[in-house]
Amino acid sequence: MIAAEGVSLTFQTADGPVHALKDVDLTIGKGEFVSFIGPSGCGKTTFLRTIAALETPSAGQISVNGMGADDARRARAYGYVFQAPGLYPWRTISGNISLPLEIMGFPRADRVERIARVLDLVELSGFGGKFPWQLSGGMQQRASIARALAFDADILLMDEPFGALDEIVRDRLNEALLELWRKTGKTIGFVTHSIPEAVYLSTRIVVMSPRPGRITRVIDSPLPRDRPLEIRDTPEFIRIAQEVREGLREGHSYD
Amino acid sequence: MKRALPVLTVITAIILAWYAAAVVLNAPWARDQANRSGTTLTLPALLRDTMTQERPVLPAPHQVAKGLWDGVAGQKITSKRSLVWHGWITLSATLAGFAVGSLAGILLAVGIVHSRVIDLSVMPWAIASQTVPILAIAPMVIVVFASAGITGLVPKAMISAWLSFFPVLVGMVKGLRTPDAMQMDLMRSWNASQAQVFWRLRLPSALPYLFASLKVAVAAALVGTIVGELPAGATAGLGARLLSGSYYGQTVQIWAALFAAAALAAGLIAIIGAIERVTLRRMGLAR
Amino acid sequence: MTHIWGEPTKRMLGTLKFLAWAVGALVAAALVAPSLAPLILVWLAGWTVNVWLAHYGNPITRTAIPLIFGATLLALWEMACRIFAIPAVILPPPSRIWSAFIGNLPLLWGDFVQTILKGALSGWLIGAALAVAVAIVIDRSPFLQRGLLPIGNFVAALPIVGIAPILVMWFGFDWQSKAAVVVVMVFFPILVNMVAGLKATDALARDQIATWGARYSQALVKLRLPAAMPFLFNGLKITTTLALIGAIVAEFFGSPTRGMGFRISTAVGQLNMALVWAEILVAALAGTVFYGIVALVEKRVTFWHPSQRQ
Repeated sequence: MIAAEGVSLTFQTADGPVHALKDVDLTIGKGEFVSFIGPSGCGKTTFLRTIAALETPSAGQISVNGMGADDARRARAYGYVFQAPGLYPWRTISGNISLPLEIMGFPRADRVERIARVLDLVELSGFGGKFPWQLSGGMQQRASIARALAFDADILLMDEPFGALDEIVRDRLNEALLELWRKTGKTIGFVTHSIPEAVYLSTRIVVMSPRPGRITRVIDSPLPRDRPLEIRDTPEFIRIAQEVREGLREGHSYD
Repeated sequence: MKRALPVLTVITAIILAWYAAAVVLNAPWARDQANRSGTTLTLPALLRDTMTQERPVLPAPHQVAKGLWDGVAGQKITSKRSLVWHGWITLSATLAGFAVGSLAGILLAVGIVHSRVIDLSVMPWAIASQTVPILAIAPMVIVVFASAGITGLVPKAMISAWLSFFPVLVGMVKGLRTPDAMQMDLMRSWNASQAQVFWRLRLPSALPYLFASLKVAVAAALVGTIVGELPAGATAGLGARLLSGSYYGQTVQIWAALFAAAALAAGLIAIIGAIERVTLRRMGLAR
Repeated sequence: MTHIWGEPTKRMLGTLKFLAWAVGALVAAALVAPSLAPLILVWLAGWTVNVWLAHYGNPITRTAIPLIFGATLLALWEMACRIFAIPAVILPPPSRIWSAFIGNLPLLWGDFVQTILKGALSGWLIGAALAVAVAIVIDRSPFLQRGLLPIGNFVAALPIVGIAPILVMWFGFDWQSKAAVVVVMVFFPILVNMVAGLKATDALARDQIATWGARYSQALVKLRLPAAMPFLFNGLKITTTLALIGAIVAEFFGSPTRGMGFRISTAVGQLNMALVWAEILVAALAGTVFYGIVALVEKRVTFWHPSQRQ
């Protein structure tokens, strides 16, 4: 579904060139949940943005659903969830979810049906008429996820969506996200700083390291699809987390 | 260069448009004259004529420039036709009023921040006064002072003082109140006196706001002085020049006086800006 | 000991302390300048009431205090005029001004229509519409923005009322030239604010709307224009006073026999100060109401902005 071949990206800054990505090769298949983990500057967000055609690679190819990244963007192939909810304060929650649907030209009846459906998916039914500032941070982020699901894109790209929330809310949202993934079968690319989050959520974990931004290790997770939160205390989970940490040390992330 | 080029381009475009407008607006008069003398007007002759009329509807840029030059360098500084002399009259009243008004504004702001009673009594009026066109008072102030025998700089300075007072007051109050609860708590934990909190925390935080409102205040003071020079009988100052130019149809004089006033405003704001940069840099507040 | 006393006791003590000081000041003043004594008495009475009210924190006292302060000033004005027999041609007492106001209502209304409604309001609306239009047009050209904004900031600081004689020459004596002055005066501040508003969307919001494949016009209408509203209204509020000033002062340069500026300059010439003050009262009321209306509209349009939610 998403294929990256030899992708490199160099930024020209005032202090000289910054190699945000170097020779990244990765294929993400349909229905996978892939996490990207690494320290600041390892290129995980940059890579996600390249898939979303928000950045253009200096070298290499990206194809999404068989098209180039920008064509995929225009074909509305993915939903993007940012770190901040980015909801428009002058629209209600329903209005915010309706926004991409309006831009993409869905008819009114269709929009109403979709809004109700995704609000239900993220358990925010009944909050459609509220304004974003009337909701807590966790609820706002759930609304942002609902918005990304509304137009039935196959792919969901999430850039540290739970980074600004406290741990307890985070755990709940992790569970909810997994439930959502199981129900909808989407392909998810997820950027995170947190090792437990990466191991808990993904089918595959991509460990990256900085200077230059590159993939150090790809770990396939043997954990079952159905995962209660308690799985985080099992030996298998801890072993995978250890592997991730080794990958980070390999990439000099702790130096 | 990156910043200068767009500005220069826009200015050039404005000057070109100005020339074109001058031709268009002055053409009727040129045609009129040509009809009277029975001659026909060719295009080059039309262009030449519209740029050199004595009382044009719209003076061409070079005419204004010449009027400015004549007014500044072409007269003795003490002559009644000298823009430097008129400019100085206006400037002195502006500066006097600006100084008094700003000082009063700063002092009252300090009072407002430290006394709840003054705050609650005065601030609503200060904020409401910003919606009142105070400048309408100008002719009255001039005449009232004149009937008491006071003419010249003082009445105009009073108007300017009144106009600079409110922006400085409101800006200074806003600035003195910027330190947040965390900063004030820290000061309390060190048992700082009110004076220490003022000089070490409030005043430095207020400086950026103070300079911003000083710029607004000086522009307002200048406008106040110019309007104060309008009432009939005024013969000195840029406002008087504007007025006499409009009475006698001397358009070039009007434009030259206007540009002189603009230069004065720009100069005053630039000076305050320079003082601001130096002060803020020394305090480490420069961005 | 003071910490065990309740709030009402502290309030009373605070007020009594002040009252004692006030009475002392009053006696001293009466001895030094007897004619000033009534004035000082009234001032201290009003101030004491405010000192007492200031201890409370509710909306009623918060409105009462500035009103009492204003009323005290008016009372002092009236008393000073009578006690010192100030000639009415220099400073009329508030009672005279009020009777001039009531007695001249048709005249004042005619002036109001001419200056405020025809001159200031139409100029403000035209200037604002033009500024918003230009801001949107130059939105796609950072080059033009970099060129126009410094000039805009420069022009906004100039004594623009000076162009009034020129515009009277072009548009004639009637309200059109005054509206033209107002247009020039309000154009640049609103333009500067609107451009800032159109730039105010953060990178995240712009990226977000790009991921939905939005066109320029869609992003403009659905994201950037609503986000620009707080900035636009900031400019609109500032320019309400500028519009009034422009219209009134432009009339000092020439006007038909109507209009507030005209009335002020002729009444000044006739030393009819009460009428002048009455016109100023109309101007003050017009200014506050105009600003108030814009602020109300702002509240409805930008209800979502943090500054409106406090």
